[in-house]
Amino acid sequence: MAGQSNHDLSLFSAEELEFIAEDEIVDIVPNLKMSALNFISGDFGPFTPQIVTQVPLWLATALKKRGKCSICPPQWMSVEKLSQVLEAERDSQEMSDQLPFHYVEISRLLFDHARDNIPDVYMVRSLIEDIRNVRFHKVETDLEAFNGRTIAVKIKNLSAMEVNIVRPFIGRALQAFYKHDSPELIPDPERVSDRRPQVINNAPRRQLRR
Amino acid sequence: MASSSAAEGVSMDDDYETLIATTDVELLKRAWRNEKAAPEILRYESKLVSRVNKVIQLMEEIVEEKSSGGTDPLSVSLYQMDLDRTLFLLRSYLRIRIQKIEKYVFHIQKTEELRNRLSKYEKDFAKMCENDLEQHLDESVLSKLPKDYKSVLRQSSMSEEDDMVPEPQLDAFVLCRSKEYLTGIQLEDGPVDDRSKLFEMEPGVLHFICYKSIKALVESGKIDLL
Repeated sequence: MAGQSNHDLSLFSAEELEFIAEDEIVDIVPNLKMSALNFISGDFGPFTPQIVTQVPLWLATALKKRGKCSICPPQWMSVEKLSQVLEAERDSQEMSDQLPFHYVEISRLLFDHARDNIPDVYMVRSLIEDIRNVRFHKVETDLEAFNGRTIAVKIKNLSAMEVNIVRPFIGRALQAFYKHDSPELIPDPERVSDRRPQVINNAPRRQLRR
Repeated sequence: MASSSAAEGVSMDDDYETLIATTDVELLKRAWRNEKAAPEILRYESKLVSRVNKVIQLMEEIVEEKSSGGTDPLSVSLYQMDLDRTLFLLRSYLRIRIQKIEKYVFHIQKTEELRNRLSKYEKDFAKMCENDLEQHLDESVLSKLPKDYKSVLRQSSMSEEDDMVPEPQLDAFVLCRSKEYLTGIQLEDGPVDDRSKLFEMEPGVLHFICYKSIKALVESGKIDLL
């Protein structure tokens, strides 16, 4: 199936993460009249022009694509708020908890489908980009603190996309630590000395042709 | 906030689960994520899947009816989208399970506990898969080997246990998030000196942890994998 990820590497594909993020609820202002929709995933609507209502992101983008609504960007997606977040991210090694778990995917979807509904879209976009970079740099430095004693790693406020990026690395690294720490694998000195002595050093070196 | 010990793997009643959680789609999504993230096959969510199946059928009929009954095409296509999303979740959930069954078929077939986690159809599938794989290995390689090396499960007749059966790595590290405050999680398989250390988990905080130590908590629904 398209988008089905390889089980061994990163668990969820980017498409699957987007799929999950599309269930996040956003405010929309519809410009059509439509009775309530009774979906499997819940009831939404009724829709009346100019009356704000809450729908999942996938429904919002579907309506938006057909020109049936405008999407109200979430509160955190304003220049003011994002500048604060960026500052907070730069000031401390801790990850800020001001952004939602799916901030990367949500902002991406809104940039793709509802640019005209986001005030200062270029500014917002570059701020989010900066925040991503700062946060990712912090994750990278955090990872350097790993050692053999690490049996569980606690990560605060890591977002879905960030998790997905570091998952293969952390998973394998921890497993390697775990494996090399297990008593069965600590080498038996007798068996090590059994190894063949290196012959190469004694062999006369072949002269290189000039 | 209630704290609870990891040792007691209280299995929650399905109906109770539905009451506290929101929709079946939400539950299915959780089951899908857990199944994707867990190294071994988890218990088949039979009640949930049959409920979702019924809703899907009903919805398909409704969509059919609406599209022929002159309802406005926009709302029909939205209903179809909602249906497609649920179908995707269900298919993906079942597919991951099939992938796991194929991968670990011999291990599952010889372990009673794992076999009981499968649905009826999955059991049939596992049986068929096992037979086919056995026959294939036999015809292509094993029948041509000397008699001590003919076993599908063992390297040779000298082996004391089944050493040619791929098993899921239960000591793999998984990412999880707890719903409530949990204390006393025993990392019994951690490195030697830490073995006695108990571990706490705050709600909502992500943890990378060895699957083995939280296995029971995943099964009881207290911890979600992601």
